[in-house]
Amino acid sequence: MAVAKTLAEKVWDAHVVRKGEGEGANAQPDLLFIDLHLVHEVTSPQAFEGLRLAGRKLRRPDLTIATEDHNTPTLDIHKPIADLTSRTQIQTLRNNCAEFGVRLHSLGDAEQGIVHVVGPQLGLTQPGMTVVCGDSHTSTHGAFGALAMGIGTSEVEHVMATQTLSLKPFKTMAINVEGTLRPGVTAKDIILAVIAKIGTGGGQGYVLEYRGSAIRALSMEARMTICNMSIEAGARAGLVAPDQITYDYMNGRPHAPQGAEWDAAVEYWNTLRTDDDATFDVEVALDADTLEPFVTWGTNPGQGVSLSAKVPSPEDFGDENAKAAAERALQYMGLTAGTPMKDIRVDTVFLGSCTNSRMEDLRAAADIIRGRQKDPNIRMLVVPGSARVRLEAEAEGLDKVFKDFGAEWRFAGCSMCLGMNPDQLEVGERCASTSNRNFEGRQGKGGRTHLVSPVVAAATAIRGTLSSPSDLDPAPESAAIRTDAA
Amino acid sequence: MEKFTTHTGIGVPLRQSNVDTDQIIPAVYLKRITRTGFEDALFSAWRKDPAFILNQAPFNAGSVLVAGPDFGTGSSREHAVWALKDYGFKTVLSSRFADIFRGNSGKQGLLAAELAQDDIELIWKELENAPGTQVSVDLVSKTVICGSIVAPFEIDDYTRWRLLEGLDDIGLTLQHEEDITAFEATRPAFMPKTLPARLS
Repeated sequence: MAVAKTLAEKVWDAHVVRKGEGEGANAQPDLLFIDLHLVHEVTSPQAFEGLRLAGRKLRRPDLTIATEDHNTPTLDIHKPIADLTSRTQIQTLRNNCAEFGVRLHSLGDAEQGIVHVVGPQLGLTQPGMTVVCGDSHTSTHGAFGALAMGIGTSEVEHVMATQTLSLKPFKTMAINVEGTLRPGVTAKDIILAVIAKIGTGGGQGYVLEYRGSAIRALSMEARMTICNMSIEAGARAGLVAPDQITYDYMNGRPHAPQGAEWDAAVEYWNTLRTDDDATFDVEVALDADTLEPFVTWGTNPGQGVSLSAKVPSPEDFGDENAKAAAERALQYMGLTAGTPMKDIRVDTVFLGSCTNSRMEDLRAAADIIRGRQKDPNIRMLVVPGSARVRLEAEAEGLDKVFKDFGAEWRFAGCSMCLGMNPDQLEVGERCASTSNRNFEGRQGKGGRTHLVSPVVAAATAIRGTLSSPSDLDPAPESAAIRTDAA
Repeated sequence: MEKFTTHTGIGVPLRQSNVDTDQIIPAVYLKRITRTGFEDALFSAWRKDPAFILNQAPFNAGSVLVAGPDFGTGSSREHAVWALKDYGFKTVLSSRFADIFRGNSGKQGLLAAELAQDDIELIWKELENAPGTQVSVDLVSKTVICGSIVAPFEIDDYTRWRLLEGLDDIGLTLQHEEDITAFEATRPAFMPKTLPARLS
């Protein structure tokens, strides 16, 4: 009888080109084949240069795809990029892709967008694959039951040259989320609660598998939100077993298998489940029934609480390091312990990033704001994850909903998630953001970030203070809150 | 990657512990698009001080950096290794290296040699008493020679072998190119390809 395996172990074992020799500390790593390599402008230039200096080819251009996202402006995209450093970095990507034969979706192209939105949207991300990118949020693609990892620039070059990666084995952790989410509670709240529970280093050395009835009920876009932030718990990757929801999402996408190949693929994908008698190194449980909207108060994604709670006190933390970290975070965030989270007034709402910029995210936020007024002191940026998402949203009239509300409707890219383009916070500016990192200065020097779900972002834009949809007065025209989204 | 067997050059005593990668190369330089040309970025904040060791002859022509414990801590930026190499350093001697810096060094052919702190102290004194003294680092015998000092150093077997053979990770993997080709032949036909492009 075959040895019982977890999903992650099955995907790993199916990609071993060569088993590492030796045991223990001096053991060589396994050599794994990489099915899809996603490339963007920031972490690739030195890798391309490395190939050139060594006189090497890019081995599999047909398993490689590039897009422009980190540096791209979200206004005036048809004009030359004003920031010369950014312009050079993007032009370099264009030159490199042309030289090495890599497919590139440039600014202005209908398939351009955040690399982790583009892959799934084109049907290139599929169950059981190994997916890598020089970006830590590559874990997003795990939502399809793929083993997806962020890598460094030397590894980017290694994949370009060999289509493989040398990797040391991982440990497995099950995140079991059972129950039913209440209205207004979303996938973003699940993952923020998971990170608060296990800590920003809790996943180190592990691949997480999200399981349980609450996960099975989620849409693909919601599963992507959860897997996206696996890295915020320090994990090497995070994944969800594929099921009918996965297949329905993929069917008909440009690069999804067709005809007999589709049938063969589904037959294989159906084997991609953790065996009943397989064991995880660690199991963690989260109760979906009692979960509330979650929000961060500090400067790392693990410093989060329920939206109905108060800003914690450093004294609440037993560990001296956590206490000191909380003190520093409160000072940076300009918050006083004991303040109800819902009393915190924000200046800016950012709806976007590889965590929450897909159609369901935009729809969920639009459903909240439709027929309501934005707080006049709030500025709100809506940045679709890809040009394709922007087009689809416009076809549904969502752009009009956001614009009527008073939000800015922007072009696609990473934007204010990391502020490499002009979309940045000012010193002291406070933001409710659907992105993934609330680090000091992440969204702009001195900026203060609270991580939230799209529906909390929308409710906050209406009330001006951190708010959940349940805090809102009934809308003039009844707008259903989607619980399956985001 | 060039083979590293032995190197002899001017030793630079950097009497400082916990030299983090933000000090080795500040973040402002990470926007560059090349892997080379970072020599001006190396220790750029410290080099504004005329008294800094690299602003003094003959140390400005040094190629063996002799640093305090916990060298290369902090950010994972591979740029720190690139900057040291571009400036002309071939090896760094320290009694303790941060893991990520050590890994990045191995990928880029910069020898991170771990010596006993007592030996580092002896070498510092020698280099300060006789500036311009040559330091020889022999990877075959895992030995450092500086004046009358002969000191052993540590490096893991796997990295040492790769440096001696001049194999970067890519060169090493390509030794198994037949395995990769064989694996590629077994991939199912339904697996996606990015080319030719299919659009929505």
